[in-house]
Amino acid sequence: MLHRLTVSELTAKLAQRQASAREATQACLDQIERVDPQIHAFLSYDRADALAQADAADAALASGSKHTERPLLGVPIALKDLLAVRGQPLGCASKILGGFVSPYDATVVEKLKAAGAVIFGRLNMDEFAMGSSTENSAFGATRNPWDTSRIPGGSSGGSAAAVAADECFATLGSDTGGSIRQPAALCGVVGLKPTYGRVSRYGLVAFASSLDQIGPFTKTVRDAALLLEVISGRDPRDSTSVPEPVPVYASALAEGGVKGMKLGLPKEYMVGGLDREVSSAVTAAVRQFEKLGAEITEISLPHTEYAVAVYYIVATAEASANLARFDGVRYGLRVDGPTPYDLYCRTRGAGFGAEVKRRIILGTYVLSSGYYDAYYLRAQKVRTLIRQDFLKAFEKVDLIVTPTSPTAAFKVGEKSDDPMQMYLSDIFTISCNLAGICGVSIPCGFTAQPKLPIGLQLLGKPFGEEALLKAAHAYEQATPWHRERVEFGF
Amino acid sequence: MAVSDFNVHYVADLARLALTAEEEQKFGAQLGQVLGYIEKLRQLDVSQVDPTAHAVPLVNVTRPDAVAESMNNDDALRNAPAQANGLFLVPKIVE
Repeated sequence: MLHRLTVSELTAKLAQRQASAREATQACLDQIERVDPQIHAFLSYDRADALAQADAADAALASGSKHTERPLLGVPIALKDLLAVRGQPLGCASKILGGFVSPYDATVVEKLKAAGAVIFGRLNMDEFAMGSSTENSAFGATRNPWDTSRIPGGSSGGSAAAVAADECFATLGSDTGGSIRQPAALCGVVGLKPTYGRVSRYGLVAFASSLDQIGPFTKTVRDAALLLEVISGRDPRDSTSVPEPVPVYASALAEGGVKGMKLGLPKEYMVGGLDREVSSAVTAAVRQFEKLGAEITEISLPHTEYAVAVYYIVATAEASANLARFDGVRYGLRVDGPTPYDLYCRTRGAGFGAEVKRRIILGTYVLSSGYYDAYYLRAQKVRTLIRQDFLKAFEKVDLIVTPTSPTAAFKVGEKSDDPMQMYLSDIFTISCNLAGICGVSIPCGFTAQPKLPIGLQLLGKPFGEEALLKAAHAYEQATPWHRERVEFGF
Repeated sequence: MAVSDFNVHYVADLARLALTAEEEQKFGAQLGQVLGYIEKLRQLDVSQVDPTAHAVPLVNVTRPDAVAESMNNDDALRNAPAQANGLFLVPKIVE
């Protein structure tokens, strides 16, 4: 049952030599073999390479390496299929990358390796991280471990499902408009989106560069703190990463909980479209925070209703530019044509899926001559108003509490042909990226019939991850939700 | 601007995307709906607001202009769909 442990529990066992990295890795591989045919969280994994890395970790442990120096030594960690690992495939769950193999490591991967992690497996996602259900993968949807007729959320659906199904101790994903927090909520795990600039994106395939951040999926808040500390920090190869010092996040957890903290409840978030069971779980969570000594204040984020519209202009505009590099010339799929123009059009027409095409078209349109001011520039101005809403709110409160998603996991196919309905499922997570602040989703209950996880979102000030984690940890310790695990009937 | 100005065929060409007739029709209808939704931004007066391009608290990030190692030729070409003489091979560009 090693695979059911948290990262912290596993490292304690590894340190005391009660378990080996090989056994831990084998336990993950066995669980994947048992449940992944139904879940499809993994696109691929290399069993022999994973075990070889585990053996190297065991050798390091035997020769006296300590988790104080290498905090993830011997811990198997899997990655969303848009992070580069030298020598491993990278496909963004798209056909256009063909059999691409990464020629270098992403900065977060270098950091995980330095910390001793066993890095294996490519996790399923919506193609190029565009989607909220992981149904847009070119290689088939991922299913929610709590109910395999439902979606796991997205776009990092594989990353969330793998942790929920105990196929891996922790994973990394990326969050552009909620792609970490929303699937974490729908799968009942912890998902953290760091502040814009906290984590280097070097080696992350870019979707919308002013919004993208990399973050961890874990079984507990403590593990999220541990992973965040490992992957954070300035990197000269990503000029948007900031020189702000990286705190020892895990040590913040011990200090005092939420007593005296001011938590803001935005009135614009508890409105129409919010599922009744989600609403009551979030209300109960707010009462729990009050019991723990937090002070609850109603706040207003008046431009909330414009966030989805701003996002689908800004994100698609940036995506249309970022995805121009997939042209069949230097890597990936190529569909030949008599001229370079034909080659580009045919390659991109054959290689991209429907949602990626829709977003490239929308992004190209809002940037095109005659429409730039009306769409793109206006959206950037409304983005300023949304950011100001948050900065003003944070003058009065330490954290903001909201539902992560308006509903629990929906059925496979329910929204897949209705882009607008799919876009609106990100309504509570999108503003955080536009404002560049940090956020986390933690489990806060379950629906009754069927039993599906509900997520609570906490939003923090720029570089306020310590307060965010401290409050999340205090709530987690006072509630039973994170201890509920999926029991598979197969 | 009216949403009816939106011409999928023209924009897809700008984006170098070959679409089937079926895709053009479907995306046109779906994106028309999204553009209709986006119209709500016109309700706001933003004449006195500066645009935000990103939220990073840094300006003019520079580095020393020093020679450093970069990716070697083999690694750069490893994923090339077609190559010759250490170069990417593409259809003829100049007549």
